[in-house]
Amino acid sequence: MKPVAFEYHSPHSLDEALATLARVAPLEGRVIAGGQSLVPAMAFRLVRPGHLVDINGIAGLDHLRVEADELVIGACVRHAIFHRPVVAGVLGRALTDIAAHVAHYPIRMRGTFCGSLAQADPASEWCLLAMTLGARMIVRSVRGERSIPAHAFFQGVMSTDIQPDELLTEVRIPLPHAQARIGFDEFSRRRGDFALAMALVQFDLLDGRMKAVRVGVGAVEATARRIEAAEQTLEGGMPTMDRFQAAARAAAQAVDPSDQPQVPAVYRRELVESCVRRALERALSATLPKLP
Amino acid sequence: MKQPITLQVNQNTYDIEAEPRRTLADALREDCGLTGTHLGCEHGVCGACTVIVDGDPMRACLMFAVQAEGRAIRTVEGLAAGATLHPLQQAFIDHHALQCGFCTAGFLMLATSLIERADPPDDQELLDALSSNLCRCTGYKNIVNAVRAASVALRQR
Ligand SMILES: Cc1cc2nc3c(=O)[nH]c(=O)nc-3n(C[C@H](O)[C@H](O)[C@H](O)COP(=O)(O)OP(=O)(O)OC[C@H]3O[C@@H](n4cnc5c(N)ncnc54)[C@H](O)[C@@H]3O)c2cc1C
Ligand code: FES
Ligand code: FES
Repeated sequence: MKPVAFEYHSPHSLDEALATLARVAPLEGRVIAGGQSLVPAMAFRLVRPGHLVDINGIAGLDHLRVEADELVIGACVRHAIFHRPVVAGVLGRALTDIAAHVAHYPIRMRGTFCGSLAQADPASEWCLLAMTLGARMIVRSVRGERSIPAHAFFQGVMSTDIQPDELLTEVRIPLPHAQARIGFDEFSRRRGDFALAMALVQFDLLDGRMKAVRVGVGAVEATARRIEAAEQTLEGGMPTMDRFQAAARAAAQAVDPSDQPQVPAVYRRELVESCVRRALERALSATLPKLP
Repeated sequence: MKQPITLQVNQNTYDIEAEPRRTLADALREDCGLTGTHLGCEHGVCGACTVIVDGDPMRACLMFAVQAEGRAIRTVEGLAAGATLHPLQQAFIDHHALQCGFCTAGFLMLATSLIERADPPDDQELLDALSSNLCRCTGYKNIVNAVRAASVALRQR
């Protein structure tokens, strides 16, 4: 199908974009970033925006830098930039690992990191990252700026705290400690498809023991979330295969997957178990990349 | 409402009139008369519509024509130099990398962008990128073979 007719706006500055957005928000106005989720939804007429505010022409929204102890990712940063490590250490490698699973290569050339968060698909890899590592989302409107922690940002399936007149200008991810390990794993039936289950883990390895453990699971419930039961199984312990397995089983018990004919809940639980275990193994074994 | 849009395709200028909701793929086919770019799914899944925009492969069904103004677009019509096929096109023939041909333009543009890159992809990256597009005929093996061969041929020129 073809999208419904809309009015197109191509602002050149953030202020201009916010003013336009404030004006068209009540008229079903929307931001378009990469368009890799929005345009398919428009083609199916699942969404029928009256106005599109295109942020691709705004200079300075594609910033990607480390500021103090955060990695800052601007609204126009594309998935593809993470094909190579953008920061040293475990975070750079984890971002590269994860990016390979986000959609397909040409879609990664155009789709944006921030657009993924705004879209809030339950199976979005970047949403899992934001939830697990505790990112902050910076949104702006003519009314001012807000910083929203991940747990308050994601509100349900494709639903976030971004208001219709607000623009997500950047995402801030806390840099892991020097002793940190990060591991990711997901399962999808075809390469590039949305995953059926995914896990992201982070822990500090101090004197051979795991501290500050974070275990996140995505693609299984309405939003990605951390699984406390799995974290407690690991916290303070040594990274052994038995402990990894116990944490993986705890995660599989703790989640509440939907039961669908093609993806029964029991199957998804088993996937969660495998993904959490493999993510933990990956965190432990991964070697660090050299920055170019 | 229709508005004037200027597209640069294969180094030619096309002045067209189209609504903002016109996708780049539809504009290429309907307004520029360049029907080499095919449309399969029209929602980003199949890759039949892949074209090159400012050097990068993109789904032409997931971009509006107005967004492509001022950008250098390449389609399958621009690959051959007169009667001489692009090395990748020749490799597709030599390796029997197409049957019905519906997916071919998309694969050609996707692979062209990859093998022309200053830092050509290694084999793993190549397979990952080629997994972006669907082909219901060939079973992919010959497509991969053709792209590998063309990548070598291009570097030896
Ligand atoms: C075939 C296919 C497979 C895919 N597979 C995956 C996958 O495996 N994993 C995955 O995570 N994604 C996948 N995607 C989606 C892809 O990653 C999108 O790029 C991403 O979800 C949205 O980013 P975008 O920049 O394209 O946003 P758009 O499509 O432009 O926008 C998406 C939504 O977010 C809003 N929005 C975007 N940017 C902002 C902003 N800065 N401020 C406020 N609102 C904003 C828009 O208004 C819209 O509602 C897939 C897409 C396709 C077509
Ligand atoms: S027609 Fe564009 S991806 Fe299928
Ligand atoms: S040759 Fe028929 S779909 Fe690929």
